Amino acid sequence: MISVSQLSVSFGAIHALTGVSFDAANGKITAILGANGAGKTTLLRTITGLEEAASGDITLDGESLLKKRTEDIARAGVGHVPEGRGVIAEFTVLENLRLGSLAAKVNFQEGIAEQFELFPVLGERRHQHAATLSGGERQMLAMARALIAKPTVLLLDEPSLGLAPLVTAEMMATISELCAKQNLTVLLVEQNAKSALKVAHDAVVLHLGKVVASASAQEVAGDERLRQYYLGLAEQ
Amino acid sequence: MTWLSSGFMSDVFLGITNGVLYGLIALSLVIVWRSTSILNFAQGAMAMFAAYVGMTMSSHGLNFWACFAIAIAAGFALGGLTERVLVRPLYKRPEINSIVVMVGFLGLLESAAAAIWSTAPRTLESPFSQIYFQHHGSTILLSPFALFQIIAALVIMTAVGAIFRYTNLGLQLRAAALAPEVARLLGVRVNRLLTFGWMLSSAAGVVAAVVISSSGSIGLSPTIMDGFFVFGFIAAAVGGLESPLGAVVAGLMIGLVQQFLQDYAPSGISSFAPVIILVVALMIRPQGLFSTTKARRV
Repeated sequence: MISVSQLSVSFGAIHALTGVSFDAANGKITAILGANGAGKTTLLRTITGLEEAASGDITLDGESLLKKRTEDIARAGVGHVPEGRGVIAEFTVLENLRLGSLAAKVNFQEGIAEQFELFPVLGERRHQHAATLSGGERQMLAMARALIAKPTVLLLDEPSLGLAPLVTAEMMATISELCAKQNLTVLLVEQNAKSALKVAHDAVVLHLGKVVASASAQEVAGDERLRQYYLGLAEQ
Repeated sequence: MTWLSSGFMSDVFLGITNGVLYGLIALSLVIVWRSTSILNFAQGAMAMFAAYVGMTMSSHGLNFWACFAIAIAAGFALGGLTERVLVRPLYKRPEINSIVVMVGFLGLLESAAAAIWSTAPRTLESPFSQIYFQHHGSTILLSPFALFQIIAALVIMTAVGAIFRYTNLGLQLRAAALAPEVARLLGVRVNRLLTFGWMLSSAAGVVAAVVISSSGSIGLSPTIMDGFFVFGFIAAAVGGLESPLGAVVAGLMIGLVQQFLQDYAPSGISSFAPVIILVVALMIRPQGLFSTTKARRV
């Protein structure tokens, strides 16, 4: 389980996160929702050590992650698909996947077979450079590259960004399927609250770096105040 | 006279012999640039210093190959130490800081070498003859030593290229250079790889310095690598600072053009040739002839 307790992160005078606390249960999808600037991306980046916490703690199954380096957090089983996907454009699909498998010391051939089954289009494009893939394909590649390392926790930052609604729906279905099949703990950062709440079990709503709600996805989806003021969703 | 001893082939042999050295130095610069975006102005001086360390061992009775191996080991160590101590604090600083530090380090190494080993050129005796080959009574401007020089450089270039292209280590090195944050998120130990990149680059440069120190006509002195560094730097810029292949090809091109101009152009022109090549190449393709920087999208 990922536990975030009283986490605060500042960039100079700007308080990006203030006293953020929540638990993300194993094998469940926890949606992190909020408007632009709410601190969603900062939260994920702090979990994987890319940003430094001013105070508070983040633990994975009871062990603090805050003193660990990003690469050690990744090796501990936390996969992070960053905003903008972060595929290496100069690498081919296979090279991106091979890079993802190295630190985890998994069997690469078995790994790519699994990923190509999950994302068949990547198998067809295996020798293409990532720069030549479409937005949706890049997102699949970024996810496959994280999944090939067999993480126990997957952090997804805006996976639907720039994708067509149909592709977004497919992506969300895949995330849901992965979570169920592989008992994966997913932290799903999304601006598209509607899509995220459809697949998430729990939801945390951030506003200006503070938690304004932490409940089941169903409860958050049914709360008119949250929907209207923090999630930008129309009344039901 | 055979075609091998013709004026044209003589220029080809001499051009390649010098060109591989420029290519090696350019390759060293490219390795460091690709991994850390730093222009290592002390590259030549580091190679010189490590070559001196190897050469010192010859006075203790060690043969050429043992001295060569020690020089390369010293190059590895110096490269690693430089990255950890001098370069790492510069990564998040303005570029001018690294330029100033590396130029200062160049001066420091040259002064230290002069103080320790004096400024008089020294030669490391190689097992290869420097007498030109004879063929049917004609002289071919290629010696066993020059052949060794070309083969050694090509072996290093191929090995470095193969490491980057075909190995997991190379894949991680490239990832660490292209997208360090993404590489870290995938568990790649980026800092270690950056240190290794500097070690590899430094050792590649040492091969050039040892070859130069074994050349009877030149020998090793504290500032001997300065001229070679300039041509190597031009080769790296012409080839594209991100392209190992470009570095090698441009190094060979500069060596060949320089040699042909020396024979066929008015006297003195060949000295300017590399600079003219640089200006023309950068006017045509500012990112370097082989660079793919423009195509990069992340």
